Amino acid sequence: MLARTTELVHTCHASSMTAVTPDDIRGEATVLMPYASTALRIRVNGADHDVSAEPDTPLLFVLRNELSLNGPKFGCGLGQCGACTVHIDGAPRRSCVTAVSAVAGKAIVTLEGLGTPERPHPLQRAFIDEQAAQCGYCINGMIMRAAALLASTPRPSRDAIVSAMDANLCRCGTHMRIVRAIERAAAGGVASPTGREG
Amino acid sequence: MSTSPSFSRSRREFLADAGILVVGFSLFPRALRARSSGGAEHAAAPSADALDSWLVIGRDDRVTVYAGKVELGTGVSTSLRQIVAEELDVPLERIAWVQGDSQLTVDQGRTVGSGSVKRGGAQLRRAAAEARQALLELAAEQLNVPVSRLEMADGVVSVAGDASRRLTYGALIGGGRFERTISGRPPVKDPAAYRVVGRPIPRVEIPAKVTGKHVYVHDVRLPGMVHGRVVRPPRVGATLESIDEQSVATLPGVIRVVRKGTFVGVVAEREEQAVRAAKAVNAKWAATPVLPDAADLYASFKSLATTERVVGATGDAAAALRSASRPVRATYRWPFQLHASIGPSCAVADVRGDGATVYSATQGAHQLVTPIAALLGMSSDKVRVVFTEGSGCYGHNGADDVAADAALLSQAVGRPVRVQWSREDEHAWEPEGPAMLFEMAGAVGGDGTIAAWTYDAWTPTHGARPTRDPATLVAGTLVAGKAAAGEFFSGGGERNARTTYSLPNERVTSHPVPSFPIRTSSLRGLGSPQNSFANESFIDELASAAGIDPIELRRRHLSDPRALAVIDAAAKRAGWTPRAKAPVRSGSASAQIRKGRGFAYVQYDRTEAYVAAVVDVDVRPDTGSVRVRRVCVAHDCGLIVNPDGLRNQIEGNVVQAISRTLKEAVRFDSTRVTGVDWTGYPILRFSEIPEAIDLELIDRPDQPSVGAGEAATSPMPAAIANAIFDATGARVRQVPFTADRVRAALRASKV
Repeated sequence: MLARTTELVHTCHASSMTAVTPDDIRGEATVLMPYASTALRIRVNGADHDVSAEPDTPLLFVLRNELSLNGPKFGCGLGQCGACTVHIDGAPRRSCVTAVSAVAGKAIVTLEGLGTPERPHPLQRAFIDEQAAQCGYCINGMIMRAAALLASTPRPSRDAIVSAMDANLCRCGTHMRIVRAIERAAAGGVASPTGREG
Repeated sequence: MSTSPSFSRSRREFLADAGILVVGFSLFPRALRARSSGGAEHAAAPSADALDSWLVIGRDDRVTVYAGKVELGTGVSTSLRQIVAEELDVPLERIAWVQGDSQLTVDQGRTVGSGSVKRGGAQLRRAAAEARQALLELAAEQLNVPVSRLEMADGVVSVAGDASRRLTYGALIGGGRFERTISGRPPVKDPAAYRVVGRPIPRVEIPAKVTGKHVYVHDVRLPGMVHGRVVRPPRVGATLESIDEQSVATLPGVIRVVRKGTFVGVVAEREEQAVRAAKAVNAKWAATPVLPDAADLYASFKSLATTERVVGATGDAAAALRSASRPVRATYRWPFQLHASIGPSCAVADVRGDGATVYSATQGAHQLVTPIAALLGMSSDKVRVVFTEGSGCYGHNGADDVAADAALLSQAVGRPVRVQWSREDEHAWEPEGPAMLFEMAGAVGGDGTIAAWTYDAWTPTHGARPTRDPATLVAGTLVAGKAAAGEFFSGGGERNARTTYSLPNERVTSHPVPSFPIRTSSLRGLGSPQNSFANESFIDELASAAGIDPIELRRRHLSDPRALAVIDAAAKRAGWTPRAKAPVRSGSASAQIRKGRGFAYVQYDRTEAYVAAVVDVDVRPDTGSVRVRRVCVAHDCGLIVNPDGLRNQIEGNVVQAISRTLKEAVRFDSTRVTGVDWTGYPILRFSEIPEAIDLELIDRPDQPSVGAGEAATSPMPAAIANAIFDATGARVRQVPFTADRVRAALRASKV
């Protein structure tokens, strides 16, 4: 069975400063994926996708390698760091330890489903406004986890934010700004906390 | 279009049609082509002397900069743009950026040592000033006016007082070459006139990073790309007794088990298949116990070190110590630590018969070419390394090593291969920041100044970066069966070994540990955080023993006004209350929280940024738990290019330093690193961060910019130790300050 990798065309963000590099190195070809054994339909960011993978394949690899959704990141593969966090039916889940077969029929939202550089989700906007990133590798997990928090608790205390984020790791030491960004988003109200649920 | 790598094509060829390719979509190797905007031609071979190597201007008025210094997550790709925008009078948004490409960018040296703005920025400023002068001369010719009558703003040269006579940079030179060497003669702007440098410009890549659009090396996908994983022995030096390739032959998607010497890797069609095969492959290793018992680690350093080097000496420290009435002695210990990037190291390699392209988060794309070429048996001109940002760097982590892994696996299967290390690979195989041992002695004389100061430190190397020898990379080591010494950097372990205090009788001696079975290299700050932990703890001990306020004792040995300024700024901002008496000891193992405040000061690398830190801690004597509540830092790194970027760096240094000080140590047994995930090597969590990090930035427009990527880490460990002492009267002299160690120190302080 063949699966087509649909590469999202990279568009330059507002300042158009990425004109030079990133999309130069993103493959856009049709990638042959032999040996995949099972056809599955998963609903991601409001759209259905037919994917083929062994049932126990981590959802993370399917999102990244078949759907080219690079927001979720591989950090540990152990469910310890949170870099791979996505929403499954609105709840933050670690896609590195979630089998793809377990999410059929459920609504999956990734960082890309929240917003774009041109139309960022209020939390993404807040992370930009607070410049709450250094390397940014953990930020997917930070935003996804915070979005789930704000969906259930629109006006969390600082303690509640810290408590909710405690399961996610950042190595650059951007914690102070991440907390501020979540506070900012909460103060501004988050209209659509979990993005397009489809 | 051919899909073979285009290293055989000339730069002129692939750049000639760049203007089309920027807007077009094509298959690989677009990366090799769409590298400048508006049909501009880049220099034939990047040389630091040639202006065309640094920047080109397209017909579309866009400026494409070719920077050897790379974005490691610290924001330099924004700060360096600011420097170019300022000097060239071009809007920041119009600058496109190419970084760290061994075939396209000037080799500015590795992106290390907080040098990107200081050294890299200075080079770019000179290049932009040269371009500015060239554009003025071109405009003078075309507009038929002297240069002195021309003005430049927003990418336009115009005649002063006659706005109708104007030419854009693109109209002046778009698509053409400057053909000019960088003379250094054109004047650079007076900082008083700066409009872009010095402003908190938002980082250019953050919108893409928070929306999943930023392309990390982990996100690179090439047509036909397959996935590799490495199968590591327990440690370097282990021998491969047997490997059963058939053990994974029936697993789906497996393309090849690759073995070269003791290098073993698997390649599979899909990532999860490679992960499964790497776990399943039946390899037996013989690992002899070579690591010392953790309890004997520091003693082993002393027995392994056979030479010593006097880093600095004044007067006669030994005699001064002998004649001191109340000498103070203390031993400090620092453990092995990890860079511990959140994303395990990753690289993509496309190795063909006639050349190789490697996408890597390396700190030195140019420097990685020769060892990769040697590993592949190719000449260096056939290998191209393209920097692509990775997870946070913090020094020499696994980025270079995984590039070699990917290159070997790609060569073996003849297809592009992406390799990402597992979490265990990362924790067990990245080069570690060295453990260090310190023995300090000193005394305060009757005049209330430090009469004697001796420092002896033992350390493995802080620099083991790849050389031309591929055995400096893990894959090369495993292929060859033995490691080669990496690029030694003698200054690493000695960074801030000697303080900047003026001391009349001082002897600072380093004792290098020439080889140690754990591979060590550069971790943020190199020896500076460790050395400063020892020095700044010890001066606090001297102050306490002599009954002198610790800030006052430091001030008595400093005359540099910038040093005094950061110290006074931090003390004032934090509301420091001078104290002469030693703190009241906590007495009982009470649950009553004890509050304390500590101070430390470091001038990074003795000639770079000045940093003073005041730290407030809570200590619970019964549990030994330490919580850093508030941190106040005053920081002077000369001219500030981007104040918010600087704040972000200082905050990051502070938080990471708290983590390293309170929590981090590599665990190992006699054969291997055993702490191979986030439970075995815990780092600071949100519930452990300070409530506030209060910064005072001292801008010095009249002083050159120095780096800020590492400096603020250095005073933190001692400031925390000094705060614990202030809170409890107990001195913690071994990092990390775990609850057990703090409780032990509390018990020791009672006798």
